[in-house]
Amino acid sequence: MKFSPEFETRFAEMLTHYPTKRSVLVPTLLYAQDEVGYLSDELIAELAKRLELTELDVRNVISYYSMLTTKPRGKYNVQVCTNIACMLRGGEELLDHCKKKLGIGHKGTTQDGLFSLEEVECIGACSWAPAIQVNYDFHENLTEEKLDKVLDEYKKKGTQ
Amino acid sequence: MADLVSHPDEIRVVSKRFGKGATNIDRYVELDGYKAVQKALAMQPDAIINEVKNSGLRGRGGAGFNTGMKWSFVPKQSPKPKYVLCNGDESEPGTCKDRLIFEHDPHSVIEGVMIAAIAVGSHTGYIYIRGEYRYLSVIMQKAIKDAYAKGYLGKNIFGSGYDLDIYWHGGAGAYEVGEESALMESLEGKRGIPRIRPPFPAVVGLWGGPTVINNAETLASVPHIILGGAEWYANIGTPKNGGTRLFCLAGNLEKPGVYELPMGYNLKKMIYDVGGGIPNGHELKAVVPGGSSTPVLLPEEIDVPMDFDSLMKAGSMLGSGGVVVLDDTNCIVKFALRTIKFYQHESCGWCIPCREGTDWLKKTLTRFHSGGGIKKDIDNIYYLSENMLGRTFCPLGDAAAMPTMAFVKKFRKEFEDHLEGRPCPFEKTGSVERLPVFA
Repeated sequence: MKFSPEFETRFAEMLTHYPTKRSVLVPTLLYAQDEVGYLSDELIAELAKRLELTELDVRNVISYYSMLTTKPRGKYNVQVCTNIACMLRGGEELLDHCKKKLGIGHKGTTQDGLFSLEEVECIGACSWAPAIQVNYDFHENLTEEKLDKVLDEYKKKGTQ
Repeated sequence: MADLVSHPDEIRVVSKRFGKGATNIDRYVELDGYKAVQKALAMQPDAIINEVKNSGLRGRGGAGFNTGMKWSFVPKQSPKPKYVLCNGDESEPGTCKDRLIFEHDPHSVIEGVMIAAIAVGSHTGYIYIRGEYRYLSVIMQKAIKDAYAKGYLGKNIFGSGYDLDIYWHGGAGAYEVGEESALMESLEGKRGIPRIRPPFPAVVGLWGGPTVINNAETLASVPHIILGGAEWYANIGTPKNGGTRLFCLAGNLEKPGVYELPMGYNLKKMIYDVGGGIPNGHELKAVVPGGSSTPVLLPEEIDVPMDFDSLMKAGSMLGSGGVVVLDDTNCIVKFALRTIKFYQHESCGWCIPCREGTDWLKKTLTRFHSGGGIKKDIDNIYYLSENMLGRTFCPLGDAAAMPTMAFVKKFRKEFEDHLEGRPCPFEKTGSVERLPVFA
């Protein structure tokens, strides 16, 4: 299993930060997922071997964290926050709008593999609500029109 | 990324360097950076702890425990290495303050961790940043690298003979991990399940070593206290509640944003003056004063100073500083449902009262809000919550129970309005799925 050189450098460096190998697991899983797109069986086996854990140990950790996924997702994962602060300023309406526009539901992926949609809990943008995150990028103080623009831009970027 | 706001009543301590390019280490040093840690290196560890204790600095994560006191619990001699862990897993709904600190002033957090480490005799610190904040993790990694390059971290810092390493760590999406013992589990590469206490982390923490765990805002306040002195800091706030706090104003407000105000600032003034009041001519209905886990306050209860003790007296909590304001177009039952839906999603499932309680509350409230509620449900919701209180390893169970109890107690009439097949009076017609009425 091949990862990028940056991944390998970071991985090797992080191993020196802790008294146990296992400690690098959570951030490493997320970085690995970013490279492959999801946590494949092969990837899990590889990390388990490197960290001297059983695959079950690794899967146990994966199932706990909401950002980790063992299923492929779209290139752009649209995460709409509908928690209290966003809800008060129209987060739920934004989610409905995304569902209609993308034609998919919660945790669904569009046929062209470009977008996934997810209803998420508080992303820490309460004072700039309603907000969404596309992969790691925040888009805040949104309206339906602004959201359309954001999604169109990603679509343009993704199909180029 | 996130917009900065300002108000004349603000006292800028933690936010002093916001928007001034302090992510650059040279700029940070220009703005009095890394002076406090050099001062701390010349002090006796006990003197540092006393200074922080006397400043009245209390944990900004929500519990409000005296920070200096917390540090003093760490044993002087320990056969195992001691650690300092900065909690940057900010995820309490309504809270978005640590994000600004990491974004604008990452070195202040590093410096805070350094001073804490020197005070308790630790040589290793970790800064844990939630997984969603990837761009902040990048900023922090660079900040740490820069500090090493300058010789501020590593062996023999500032020529003092003291060795100190600080590392970053990232999460992957879990509210529960913001709880200190679950945070340690996560850092050790496990599921974030809370540990039983005692022993407290100050005695048995990371890998069994004594560990100080503080919120990012708490640690970012520490350098300012060391430089400005305990007395100066304590005088900003109210008795036993020293200093300032980053309040995150959110919800139905004219000017939401993160404002740094002195502890004890009046909540009413915060909403109507600082936050600009309620937009579109609506009236105030309720305020959640410190993140979603704190009991709601009614409009007649908001003439209260925002500090830990005053809010406790008012029957709520100061919590994490997330002030969420609701106007009169909002349905409290729906708000309660959304709050519980969050806790049900985030419950780690370790303690049965929390796992089952949040699940039943979510189911009951969903049915109730859709018009399928019966009279008995109202008392049942209260009773279920009451039975979660204090019966779990970590405070997530309490965090779900306390606001729910307050919603039922203070808005019983509104719950009754939803009874017996009546659709939610606040929803547009047809938008609520009608469920059969249970008799």
